Amino acid sequence: MTAPREPRARPVWPLVRVLLSTQYAYMLEYRAEIALWALSGVLPLIMLGVWTGSGAGEAAGFTPAMLTRYFLAAFVVRQFTVVWVIHVFEEDNLQGRLSPFLLQPLHPFWRYLAAHVAEQVTRVPFVAALLALLFLLQPSLLWWPHPADVFWGVLATVAAFILRFLLQGVIAMACFWSERALALERLLLIPYLFLSGLVAPLETFPPGVRAFALATPFPYTVAFPARVLMGAEVNLGAGFLGLALWSGLFLILFLLLWRVGIRRYSAMGA
Amino acid sequence: MHRYLRTLARFWSASLAAEMEYPANFVLELLAEVGNLAGSLFVLSLLYGPGQNLGGWSWDAALVVLGFYTLLEGLTSTLFQPNLSTIVTHVQNGTLDFVLLKPIDSQFWLSVRTFSPWGLPGMAMGAGLILVAALRAGAVLGPGTIAAAAVLLLASAAILYSLWFVIAATSIWFVKVWNATEVLRSTLVAGRYPVSVYPAGLRAFFTFVLPVAFLTTVPAEAVLGRASGSWMVASVVLAAACLVISRAIWRYALRFYTSASS
Repeated sequence: MTAPREPRARPVWPLVRVLLSTQYAYMLEYRAEIALWALSGVLPLIMLGVWTGSGAGEAAGFTPAMLTRYFLAAFVVRQFTVVWVIHVFEEDNLQGRLSPFLLQPLHPFWRYLAAHVAEQVTRVPFVAALLALLFLLQPSLLWWPHPADVFWGVLATVAAFILRFLLQGVIAMACFWSERALALERLLLIPYLFLSGLVAPLETFPPGVRAFALATPFPYTVAFPARVLMGAEVNLGAGFLGLALWSGLFLILFLLLWRVGIRRYSAMGA
Repeated sequence: MHRYLRTLARFWSASLAAEMEYPANFVLELLAEVGNLAGSLFVLSLLYGPGQNLGGWSWDAALVVLGFYTLLEGLTSTLFQPNLSTIVTHVQNGTLDFVLLKPIDSQFWLSVRTFSPWGLPGMAMGAGLILVAALRAGAVLGPGTIAAAAVLLLASAAILYSLWFVIAATSIWFVKVWNATEVLRSTLVAGRYPVSVYPAGLRAFFTFVLPVAFLTTVPAEAVLGRASGSWMVASVVLAAACLVISRAIWRYALRFYTSASS
């Protein structure tokens, strides 16, 4: 079976609207679950507690206020860059649900992307409520970021989400060859956790490790957007260039693997 | 009692045989465990700034805490997660009926039915880390210390089990509650570090609301030979209370169970 070609001259906007609105309605049904998922992203806040209790942050030039802003920004970035496409794709693949999707004149991944975007919209009130609760408990944490920082920060977060989506999409292609592609994702989670800046600002890394981390795509997914949001001094151009280059690379890999993989696909299973 | 032990042996040998079908998993899980531990050690080394002190704990002493965390994580992936995650499915599909009809205690069946060997490397690494770090920290591992540490480790395992079981049991009311355990898991990460690191408010939360302190910090202090009697008594009492409460909640929840997706 080959991937169906998308028809060219067809208005895209109605399609986007229908995809997003149906996925949004679907996600609203599961809002209790999404609230729990939002709550399970507390790691940066726990790390904020640990870093505040350690003197190492100040030694690296992070004042307590900067630490707070960094980890709160990392918390927000993490909330809106959650990607689970490999889980749905594996299930659709193993259960044969991918077949009807392939008959439609739409790449199945657009559907997954719409689901992710809809989930993020559903998540907004929960994240806002969590932050409000945090500020109520600890008003000293509150700060108003500069509007320009918010603009570039949101843009960087969206770009970080796209990068993570494409990276996981590449890994998801392993589903065409193996029934245990999820194990690969589990391995990939480790460098993401420790090199992205989710648990420690990159400035506290020893120079060698830091250079290594910066050569990987991971810091662009948390540390860069978080630093933009907190209003730290960042090279916007270099950051967005890195995001674009890595995303481009993963997009090419994804499309190549998809073309090879879809030929192996035989209705059900690997 | 004897019957339960024999059943347990059957359960575990059967699941072991099933898991052995996927030998490649062992390598992957081992890699993941080693990577996770290396990452945790790296972050801990970052937290030790020039002061070489984290909440009053030396580097080696904090490693004991990390060792207990790794050990309990391994236990979670070996026993708690594979078993308790199925309660939700049983409720959704109505297959809990069959479990309740079995001539064996339903909480026992649900809690120990399967056994996933992939958490064992993590448990071994955690135990090794505790031993090495405790010796480096200058702990005297006399019989008294070892006995106290063993009792407190059992107590923390009992507390952890009760937390998991109670959340999984609430699926009788809320059905889709699985990611509530994900919230639990992500919050328990706090146990990687001695509880004295956290600011006062969080410390109180991790002691009285979500007893993270009793999971890793209290047993680590026992190994290091500096546990106070009152904390040890509190830990054991808490563990007993947790087990009793989990039992009571399960019996209470079953009264509301009305088969498929109640």
